[in-house]
Amino acid sequence: MSELVDPAVLERVLSRALANGGRFAEVFAERRLGFSMSIDESRIESVQSGAEEGAGVRVIEGGTTYFAHVDGLGPADLERAADEAAAALRGAAGQPRPLRSESPQPVAIELRPEEVAPERKADLLRELDQRARGRGGEIAQFTASYAEARRQVTVANSDGLLSGDDRTRTRIGAQAVARRGDSVETGAETLGAHRGFELLEDDPALIAEQAAGKALTLLDAGPAPSGSMPVVVGGGFGGVLFHEMTGHGLEADHIQKGASVYVGKLGEQVAQPLLNAYDDGRLPHEWGSDAIDDEGAATQKTQVIEDGRLVAYLYDHVTAERDGVPSTGNGRRESFRQLPIPRMTNTYIAPGANVAPEQIIAEVEKGFYAVSFGGGQVDPATGDFVFGVSEGYLIEGGRVTRPCRGATLIGNCLEALAAIDAVGDDFFMKSGICGKGGQRVPVGTGQGHVRVKAMTVGGTER
Amino acid sequence: VSAQLSEVARRAVDAARAGGAGEAEVYASRESGREVRVHGGEVESLTAATQSGLGVRAWIGHRVGYAFGTDFSDGGVEAIAARAAAAAAVADEDEFAAPPAPAEVEAIAGLSDPGLAASSADQVADLALAVERTALAADPRIAGVEQAVYADSAERVAIASSTGVAGEYETSSCFAYLQALAEGEGAWETGLGFGLGRGPDDLDPEAIGAEGAARALSMIGASKPASRACPVVLDPTVAASFAGLIGGGLSANAVQRGRSPFAGRLGEDLASEALVLFDDGRDPGGAASAPFDGEGVPRRRTALIEGGRLLTYLYDTYTANREGGASSGSASRGGYRSLPSVSASNLIVAPGELALEGLLAQAGEGVYVTDVAGLHSGVNPVTGVFSVGASGRAIRAGALAEPVREFTIAGDLISMLAGVTAAGSESRWVPFGGSVSTPPLLIGEMAISGS
Repeated sequence: MSELVDPAVLERVLSRALANGGRFAEVFAERRLGFSMSIDESRIESVQSGAEEGAGVRVIEGGTTYFAHVDGLGPADLERAADEAAAALRGAAGQPRPLRSESPQPVAIELRPEEVAPERKADLLRELDQRARGRGGEIAQFTASYAEARRQVTVANSDGLLSGDDRTRTRIGAQAVARRGDSVETGAETLGAHRGFELLEDDPALIAEQAAGKALTLLDAGPAPSGSMPVVVGGGFGGVLFHEMTGHGLEADHIQKGASVYVGKLGEQVAQPLLNAYDDGRLPHEWGSDAIDDEGAATQKTQVIEDGRLVAYLYDHVTAERDGVPSTGNGRRESFRQLPIPRMTNTYIAPGANVAPEQIIAEVEKGFYAVSFGGGQVDPATGDFVFGVSEGYLIEGGRVTRPCRGATLIGNCLEALAAIDAVGDDFFMKSGICGKGGQRVPVGTGQGHVRVKAMTVGGTER
Repeated sequence: VSAQLSEVARRAVDAARAGGAGEAEVYASRESGREVRVHGGEVESLTAATQSGLGVRAWIGHRVGYAFGTDFSDGGVEAIAARAAAAAAVADEDEFAAPPAPAEVEAIAGLSDPGLAASSADQVADLALAVERTALAADPRIAGVEQAVYADSAERVAIASSTGVAGEYETSSCFAYLQALAEGEGAWETGLGFGLGRGPDDLDPEAIGAEGAARALSMIGASKPASRACPVVLDPTVAASFAGLIGGGLSANAVQRGRSPFAGRLGEDLASEALVLFDDGRDPGGAASAPFDGEGVPRRRTALIEGGRLLTYLYDTYTANREGGASSGSASRGGYRSLPSVSASNLIVAPGELALEGLLAQAGEGVYVTDVAGLHSGVNPVTGVFSVGASGRAIRAGALAEPVREFTIAGDLISMLAGVTAAGSESRWVPFGGSVSTPPLLIGEMAISGS
């Protein structure tokens, strides 16, 4: 792994960062390259490319983190950041340990997106457009986007760590609007991974048909029901349910501030024994995977729920030090312009044994089937969550009957987690973007079909 | 330093034209900022930030491309300009894509507070600590503060184009907020308090801390309300979120592309006369105010909904060209990294006659909504249909009663506009839904889904 900055410069910058004291100093250097475009009204537009580089330097002393970031990776840029971070400290100079270079293996990229001609990417979007519009005249609008992003990072700290990563993510998205008379509905689908252009070798335009299909299905939808009922959540992005309901509440910063309903619940039974869940930053090529986190710790697979018991929180460097435990490799940041905080990587509910999704639905007399969500939100302190359903159906007599529009699921984390009474043996992952503290990072979510015994559906049916 | 920024912009325009662009426009910014996070009476983190960058929009005929970067060296600027021209070559022709012509720009006083640069890191840390301390002292049931934050930024922006657009301005802004935690009746409640301004002297740390504490305390013992249709009063933070969604639907880009509930409804009497909505890009109190927009067109005040009628949409140069009209100065940018796109600047909901007590009295029986969640997933911007999570207080006999939580409010944006019965008399700037100034709003009837 080649560093973005000469190790001798990094050692000098770390020394300067500790000039006024501090028990820990770190340099995070980053080069960000991106390229994206979209198609709208069947025209390629918003073609754009970005190139940024810069560094963030932090010094930790007592309970305080001093942080500064600058643009540019020249020695003078880094020294300026170090001086600014150290400016508010008043102690005696410290000495960083000599750097020992580690060589984690970045996720392998087969076909570098920047080596693929931009016209090929435009043609790909044109194919998506044609495939979506090929679903019929009721598809009134279609847009799709292509984005590639590469982040090369180097992390060095005063404990002697020197590590780095080279991350390339590729993602496409499709949004369709269907119209029939006065009825208008939308459908969306995405495909993303920690991979290069090889992600798009196997019929990527399928997502355009899927997005169009969702919008067309909703043209036949009635209003969603209201009230408490069994809810079956579909696979893949259905995993955002666990991400919001539990994952955020397990991030150690929330726990240490008492701002999580999972405080004091370690070792306790919080779910039925059928539930096993993980955060795994090493799943091959998944959207939320990296070789190391943004503090240089190796990413890892962490079981958070074992047979229904809560067994782990998710830590970054600062929170792990405070609890006297090792980091779980969950220290992530959007860019060199932010401090790392505990974040999920790929979070999922492990598949159940020999439970077919059909059976999970067949056992419901009257309920709601949420195939996919537009997103969700949680207040980890109160446990209140809400999810917008992008594709949902009524379940009547154990069968999926009619599509529903405009449904929202709402509830409280601990109650809803304990109410999961079936986990299907189907399983897949989906890509998402998670926001916390003003920072957006790529995360994976996954699960098979999952049933919550009772949850509030907020629809518009009177 | 300021001369340098305009100079960099001009140099990049020349580089883009030398690199193959017929026309070019450059937006450059340089920003410095601070952030202090406090917890438990101590500074948790102190951040000093500087960033600068430029974005080049290049036209080759009617094809547009964009590139941005942080390298201001001669070679760096040339590379960004060349990438913009290369991007334009990939785009499809669009006959309406063209750079704006230069226009007279009038400066706005009061966008930058010199007091911001004069305040020390210790002073603003004290401000954040005072926010936290006030909340903790408010009531024994305040169990903690998840975080109290102060942040500010001073930014200089320059724009230049091959058509002769040239301008520069400076703004400053700051805010402080906290998330207070209250404990009672076996549950935790959170409460947000915040303040906005141009400099730290505009912020009242005691008021911000007290607001967070009061909001958290007011939710203790909350239960689910009964499902029904009833009058709803939206507090300014919630009204602002909905105003932001309406502003998004009034973007001519969304309208022209058939992705707005307001498409085809220009001139219609679709709103209640109690709801008057402006976009004002020049109000010094608004965080989005600037002498010109993201492509150098002067910011202005635009009446959007008045007398119940939808009067106009918001336009940038491209969407105006599509209709043969004029830009309303509504091209916005999320900094140098983003292409300009149509959006509201500061949305202003005009205040009405009644104080909050009067609105509640008029509501009689209903719900006062103080928080909504899930707006990004629970609202369909194309259709305007929404169902979002909410919490607040019951309204009984025309006054605030017990707290309520874990319910949804549902409807659609246009019915909601028609359903506004009254606007309150006390407006407030809110950083949700963009930059919005709004009083509380009484909606005659909304669908509530609870127990």
